[in-house]
Amino acid sequence: MSPGEVAAWFVREVLPLEGILMQYLQQNWRNKSEITDLRQEVYVRICEAARERFPEHTKRFVLTTARNLLINRMRHENVVPIEAVADLDALGMALDAPGPDQVAIARDELRRLQVALDTLPPRCREAMILAHVEGLSGQEIASRMNISQATVSEHLATAIRALTNQLFAERGRKP
Amino acid sequence: MNKPATRSAEEIEAQAAAWLQHRRYWAWTDADQAELERWLEEATAHYVAYWRLDAGLGRAERLAALQSAPAEAKAGEPATLSREWLFPVLMRIAATLAIAVAVGLGATYLMRPKDRTFSTPVGGHETVRFSDGSQIELNTNTILRARMTSDQRVVWLDKGEAYFQVKHDAMHPFIVIAGDRRITDLGTAFVVRRDPGKLKVAVVQGRVWLDEPNQPRTQQSAMLTAGDVATATASGMLVRKDTARDISSGLSWRQGVLVFKYARLADAAAEFNRYNSQKLVIADPSVAKLTIYGAFPTGNVELFSRVVRDVLGLQVRNNGQQIVISR
Repeated sequence: MSPGEVAAWFVREVLPLEGILMQYLQQNWRNKSEITDLRQEVYVRICEAARERFPEHTKRFVLTTARNLLINRMRHENVVPIEAVADLDALGMALDAPGPDQVAIARDELRRLQVALDTLPPRCREAMILAHVEGLSGQEIASRMNISQATVSEHLATAIRALTNQLFAERGRKP
Repeated sequence: MNKPATRSAEEIEAQAAAWLQHRRYWAWTDADQAELERWLEEATAHYVAYWRLDAGLGRAERLAALQSAPAEAKAGEPATLSREWLFPVLMRIAATLAIAVAVGLGATYLMRPKDRTFSTPVGGHETVRFSDGSQIELNTNTILRARMTSDQRVVWLDKGEAYFQVKHDAMHPFIVIAGDRRITDLGTAFVVRRDPGKLKVAVVQGRVWLDEPNQPRTQQSAMLTAGDVATATASGMLVRKDTARDISSGLSWRQGVLVFKYARLADAAAEFNRYNSQKLVIADPSVAKLTIYGAFPTGNVELFSRVVRDVLGLQVRNNGQQIVISR
């Protein structure tokens, strides 16, 4: 598979599962500060596997990869809490949980997008609005807001991360 | 084994966001592109982080476009700034177009200009060029009516599939009507395919506005940009992003070729049957599930069935009317 094909597959099939994956990782890993790293590690593994071929069942594959990763980490750290292993095998439940219907997802996402926008720092949101509503370039935003180009870049990058995390990672959780 | 991550996911995400915002909102040179590619190549984690943010921003934009569809606005519910902050510019364009379309159609109804009908038989392929520079390619078994006047450009796709390369003119939007859906060009090349109960619109270049003109209360409208593939059925609409390569292989019929990438045999046969009067029939469900990979001339069922026989080791019987494939 070419990188382009892997990218399209990743966006289409894997990212919509991010909420489920995050929930699974959070339930089964104590150190919350490592969750983002674990998620990245899962993505790296499945994308590397997808270069060879796409798995038949994406959800099963994602969650199995996550479980194997957690087991490896636990072995590595020599701390295997018994309840963690038991929980890991509750994977089946996550697998069988029916996904919400498309309409509900779209409604949910709109609400999340709203939350993300509302919670952005004011200057950061202002930069985003100038970019998308007024269609200004980074340079134009800098002179309009009278701040440095580097600061504009930071604001825009922060906004992109916040929007993405709200839309994917927080899916299925109450805002 | 993967190399151990030298940077935390947070750091990589921050770098990816820096790249993405640079590319989206600032001057972007070939050198920047080369540098981005070099950074991406360094680790799969870089790719993953970049794809994810890119998809997140795209998703936010698309949601905002859906949100800005006029149908969503509810009377008596004041819109907050953030509810419609993204892309009201597009919303304005869409509203202007909607008015232009309404006025245009009304006038047409009174004047009743002559429509021209174009069609292709099964296996046919034809290109129609219009004086405004726009061009339509009709795929197999397609019927299309065009009303091209100095005031308006409207095409009805009554059946089949067509590829549109539109000379954009903001004053005279190019509109394709397929059943109860309407596609409004905003500077574009796109393909529209009608199957029973299903409409597919794929955008190759530029963007289009897809909606249902006679259902003002519906939420099934969307701004589609290059790479978007919308599938609309009676029950709703799904939009996904395809790679440029996937979209162009979906357009291979323009070169008289069908491209299958790990397609189910049943789907491949159904595609072939659109182009040929002698139909392929797959007798056995276990055979239908086999996958094939390759490119075949649209009119050459013989070649296709020979490959199926030799490569997949299946029985192929040609009884004149049909070609039956089984174990």
